[in-house]
Amino acid sequence: MRYNERELLSLARQPAEKAAEIRMRVPKKGSVLKKRLVKLVVNFLFYFRTDEAEPIGALLLERCRITKEEENVFSISFIEEPERKYCFECATEEQCQEWVEALKKASYEFLRRSLIFYRNEIQKMTGKDPLEQYGISEEARFQLGAHGQ
Amino acid sequence: MKLNERSLAFYATCDSPADNSGFLYKRGERHTAYHRRWFVLKGNMLFYFEERDSREPVGVIVLEGCNVELCDSAEGFAFAIRFGGTKSRTYVLAAESQAAMESWVKSLSRASFDYMRVVVRELEKQLQEMRSGLVGGCGGSLEPPGPWKPKPSELEQSRERLPALPAIPPKENGCAVWNNALGADRLPDASGCGGHDEEENPRPPPLPPRRRVSNGEAASARAIVESPSTFCRLHEKYSREVARLRQDWQQRQR
Repeated sequence: MRYNERELLSLARQPAEKAAEIRMRVPKKGSVLKKRLVKLVVNFLFYFRTDEAEPIGALLLERCRITKEEENVFSISFIEEPERKYCFECATEEQCQEWVEALKKASYEFLRRSLIFYRNEIQKMTGKDPLEQYGISEEARFQLGAHGQ
Repeated sequence: MKLNERSLAFYATCDSPADNSGFLYKRGERHTAYHRRWFVLKGNMLFYFEERDSREPVGVIVLEGCNVELCDSAEGFAFAIRFGGTKSRTYVLAAESQAAMESWVKSLSRASFDYMRVVVRELEKQLQEMRSGLVGGCGGSLEPPGPWKPKPSELEQSRERLPALPAIPPKENGCAVWNNALGADRLPDASGCGGHDEEENPRPPPLPPRRRVSNGEAASARAIVESPSTFCRLHEKYSREVARLRQDWQQRQR
């Protein structure tokens, strides 16, 4: 699949929501835990060799499942292939929990659900649609009941 | 750089509703011929397929940090997705109608994760402010008891001598204004506002106890949320003080 790699590389250089050195294992036969710089930017998780400027890879965090595994460990898998897990071993349990929390909220779909929720709450309280000021109140993607909400 | 392409392809073709979809002409990178492709916008990802029923996208354009502009192109209904950066590519697309073009330009220019995040944070803030505002009220009347109204000059005086209160900025519901205007003691003969320190200087009133907010998100709203009973008590206290002072003042005028 073609993609705009230059822009994605540029995104990987942006300030991250979260970044840390974490040991990571990809779901490939025979792969082992390796220390990586892991960086969360918008709904992408980039991972770098610790001394390199360009990421080895990127995971788009949509339709994924973040699972707390054993102590200090969490995994990312995608809905269609739940057995293929990207494993992350953190330095501490606390760090692990923080990443799990952050990654669960890192998808566009999560943002969309949040927007619909807040919109609805505000509308209930004020009788007014807070999205009107943005001129996006009619967009299908923000309707209550859209996207399986 | 590796991308989780399989998951990407699943995301593109799964039955989750698209934010926009339709045929667009895409200008090639090397050869400037246009190719008709089926485009599907999901979140900040613009996928394009060879055919509408293709099982896998030909490619995807990640829509972070881009601008969407109309084109002067000879092809009608053309628009461009332009990225910053020196060697960045510009994607030129053309719709098949004016309406389609406008619809695409609108949805693409608001497709970024960043944009969504800004809107969500704004709404979250609005909701928190609304909820704090509700709790800060007394439930009952916000007016001071009796016919007392602050004389403009008195109010001005007291405002000038207010110490910088970090807590409550003036709000529409009047509660915080009331507090700010009189809370800090600076009426000339104020003696009973919240007690004195050792040198008999009137102290600013005690801050009401911090109410623990129920959910984690509201912790970021650092406004002091007062429990109704504490507020009402303080309210009563000050209004009695003020009524007394007003009486004194009026008597001295005679």
